[in-house]
Amino acid sequence: MSENEKRVGVYVCHCGHNIAGTVDVEHVAEWAYNLPNVIISRDNKFMCASTGQEQIEEDVKEFNLTHVVVASCSPHMHEKTFRNAVERSGLNPYLFEMANIREHASWVHPDDQDGATSKAKALVSAAVHRVLHHEELTPMQVEIRPEVLIVGGGVAGIQAALEVAEAGHHVYLVEREPSIGGHMAQLDKTFPTLDCSACILTPKMFDAGSHPNITLLTYAEVEQVDGYVGNFTVRVRKKAKMVHEDLCTGCGTCWEKCPKKVIDTVFESGLGYRKAIYRPFPQAVPKYPVIDVETCIYYDTGKCRACEKFCPTDAIDFEMQDEIVNLEVGNIIVATGYDLFDPRRIPQYGYGRHENVFTSMEFERLVNAAGPSDGRVVLRDGETTPQSVAIIHCVGSRDKNYNGHCSAICCMYSLKFAHLVKERTEAEVYNFYIDMRTIAKGYEEFYDRVLEEGAHFIRGKVSEITDATHASEEEGKLVVVAEDTLIGKQRRVPVDMVILAVAMEPRADAEEVAHRFGIGCGDTGFFTERHPKLDPVATVTEGVYIAGACQGPKDIPDAVAQGSAAAARVLSVISQREVALEPVRATIDEEHCSGCRICNTMCPYHAIDFIEADSVSRVNPALCKGCGTCVAACPSQVISGAHFTFDQLIAEIDGIMVDVNIDEPLVAAEMV
Amino acid sequence: MSKPKLALYWASSCGGCEIAVLGLHEKILDVAEAFDIVFWPCVMDFKYEDVEAMEDGEIDVCLFNGAIRNDENAHLAHLLRRKSKVMVAFGSCAFGGSMPGLANFNDREQMFNYIYHDSPSTDNPDGIVPQQRTDMPEGELVLPNFWNTVKTLAQVVPVDYYLPGCPPEASSIETAVTAIVSGELPPPGSVIGPDITVCDECPREKHEKKISRFYRPQEIIPDPDTCLLEQGLFCAGIATRSGCGARCPQVGVGCRGCYGPNEGVYDHGAKIMTGIASVLDADTPEEVEAILDTLPDPAGYFYRFHMPDSLLRRTARTNGKKLLASEQVAASEL
Repeated sequence: MSENEKRVGVYVCHCGHNIAGTVDVEHVAEWAYNLPNVIISRDNKFMCASTGQEQIEEDVKEFNLTHVVVASCSPHMHEKTFRNAVERSGLNPYLFEMANIREHASWVHPDDQDGATSKAKALVSAAVHRVLHHEELTPMQVEIRPEVLIVGGGVAGIQAALEVAEAGHHVYLVEREPSIGGHMAQLDKTFPTLDCSACILTPKMFDAGSHPNITLLTYAEVEQVDGYVGNFTVRVRKKAKMVHEDLCTGCGTCWEKCPKKVIDTVFESGLGYRKAIYRPFPQAVPKYPVIDVETCIYYDTGKCRACEKFCPTDAIDFEMQDEIVNLEVGNIIVATGYDLFDPRRIPQYGYGRHENVFTSMEFERLVNAAGPSDGRVVLRDGETTPQSVAIIHCVGSRDKNYNGHCSAICCMYSLKFAHLVKERTEAEVYNFYIDMRTIAKGYEEFYDRVLEEGAHFIRGKVSEITDATHASEEEGKLVVVAEDTLIGKQRRVPVDMVILAVAMEPRADAEEVAHRFGIGCGDTGFFTERHPKLDPVATVTEGVYIAGACQGPKDIPDAVAQGSAAAARVLSVISQREVALEPVRATIDEEHCSGCRICNTMCPYHAIDFIEADSVSRVNPALCKGCGTCVAACPSQVISGAHFTFDQLIAEIDGIMVDVNIDEPLVAAEMV
Repeated sequence: MSKPKLALYWASSCGGCEIAVLGLHEKILDVAEAFDIVFWPCVMDFKYEDVEAMEDGEIDVCLFNGAIRNDENAHLAHLLRRKSKVMVAFGSCAFGGSMPGLANFNDREQMFNYIYHDSPSTDNPDGIVPQQRTDMPEGELVLPNFWNTVKTLAQVVPVDYYLPGCPPEASSIETAVTAIVSGELPPPGSVIGPDITVCDECPREKHEKKISRFYRPQEIIPDPDTCLLEQGLFCAGIATRSGCGARCPQVGVGCRGCYGPNEGVYDHGAKIMTGIASVLDADTPEEVEAILDTLPDPAGYFYRFHMPDSLLRRTARTNGKKLLASEQVAASEL
């Protein structure tokens, strides 16, 4: 198509008041007639409404448009909408360009109408200049494997696994610990209904463990992910359990006979013991134990082998090696959960120094009937029942020094703790809070209930927890020092026990895991969803979804909902049988590639291979996400990025540089 | 039929291009045989008036080397353009500004200050600075106006062909001369040369690259078979048009980039820079700084041959300040 055969339609959106309140949209639309090859230019109240889209379709036919520009909101919002409209009108959807005059003009310059209007004109000019260089592009179709990898066997991962398995597709559920269950398996009661956590979780764990469509890979970690939506290859390291699961019956003789007691810092949060050969808890799935080689006497001294001696089925194998399993899957759900904030980072709260300062997870274990104190609320001596308990909210949350974010669950579990202390002891309970956040169904009612039960609430951030006493009633107590902001007074509250409601944090290795799966971490370190409102479980990598607290702090119902949502997204992809990949991707002109290999290490998606035989680099089109890194890096400019070609970008720059105050036809800027 | 007329001229250059033509050895006789050399100040005694006296378009081919940095260079560029049917930007200075073009990192005043006052080898107790006009008993002496900004030939007059190289290899000159003689010329505006890079012709083995520091050539003896860049020796071969047969890297010296950017590349320095930046073995800005600290004068390395025709063309400010009013006259030459 020659330059003067190109016919562009321009549509300037009011977005109600969002754009038109600041930008003179009528003027922008009128002015756009000065731009090269513009045949029709209109303004419209809502381009994304069906009338706006139909306008494009009608105009393409009536005016024989060849290219379309819509000036409205962010392409994140509606690029797909308008591409579809352009496609319905019979044009290739990539012969379209969007100018963002909302986020980039009206919203950021609300006090400068003239400036915002000029900027909108420049952005429209850039889009028109660019679209004239657009080429027709066709998505690539790839088949989708139905197998699904789910990483993380907490409640979100279990939920997702069951949903997918029930739909008839095979699931590989990979869990780092010896058992699935996650943090929820450690809890006693769940707020606000006070359901027994284990009672509602273990049936799901059992189902996941016994489902014919679910392969459990516990004590295992994903090491490498290659491939693309529909065709991922995943390398999983199954750590050696030193126990043959096909022989083991889970009878428990081995851990009864094992002479080595180890403090259980994982499941029991350091409050209880396990053996060197252990299963984390009685309802563990799978039921088989593992040998912790770090603490096992045999691996230290070469002697003992008690477990082996007493095992009735000869399931123990001290020579067992790690096993590498390669999985072929079509979709991946990452549900790796969260870590708890280490309160030793706030030294003035005395955790680790004052023995009766507990973390919330320690308290969960204390009140758990299956826990180290059989559910009795006692001090760290294991005997004394506290007469007074302080619960400190927002420890490591909503604090610029540690985590800016609200951990979402602490208010509610603190209320639950207050209730449980009241239920099981005569103690006075003091909640020190900044704000109470009881936002979901039944939560505010639970707050009322705990208030009626007589728990005290002091609004103020705790400055210190100390054993330095000022008065006789403080003797032998921990004194919680805080400003009570409601009465404007400094308070010193002596208590026997302090529970720190510690923050939910991203897993310590979240960034590494994110990199492995090609997803992003936000400012807070939690995994980034594709859209915070409208696409909460998808990620920037097609075929990789996230669910549960790895995406951000959330409670059990939200984590479960996300597990189901991620499963639904995956099932929807599987049922399409094949998937269209964005045609925006890089290609290497192999004839001119010098094989310098600069690009080889650049690709974040491992899409570039070096072909030794021809001494050239090659892009795997199915892996390429069109990020453009290699295009910029290629020193001889033989990598071109479809839809972001050099001509298109320079034309866009030329377009944005036009003098928008001149109201006369502009000639297409000469290519450099 | 009379022989086609050939002119050769040097503007702001070192003279190496002239030597390169003589470096054709006995083939120079073929040139003399094929052409009627009408202007070649370096070698033969012609005067500017001789050219001025010619008809417009009388010269068939002009091989113009050197950048344009003063009024005299520009005057001759315009004059020879008018008189020549085919104008060839000969060598890297005429093509991309090259070494003289590095002056664009400074301005005239800074350069004059250094050259006539501050340079350690300057002995100028009276602070004498050349003046454009000087009255002498015999009359007024006039020097050409020295520009604030060095330009390429194509930024001053239209150019038909580019022959890169510092200087162009004899084989490149031969290719060009043969093409001109035979009339089998590529489309106007072309660079005469292959559109592959030095890297493509270099026999050294290339691997995935990660550079953790750069070495000056005197600091290491490079492995003879491995890519120099991988060994930390700056090499612009990744981003530079071939035509030289990868001569420098073959003898253990990193490509300097004299043949300029590959076909389609707009900014040679930017391409070298992004190429090299892509393989620095660094995760933090501090690590990047530390690695780049081992590469002295990176701007000079990256833009050695193509500063004036880069996207930025020159530095716009000096010492972070906006140009003074007095300097803006000079800046108007931008």
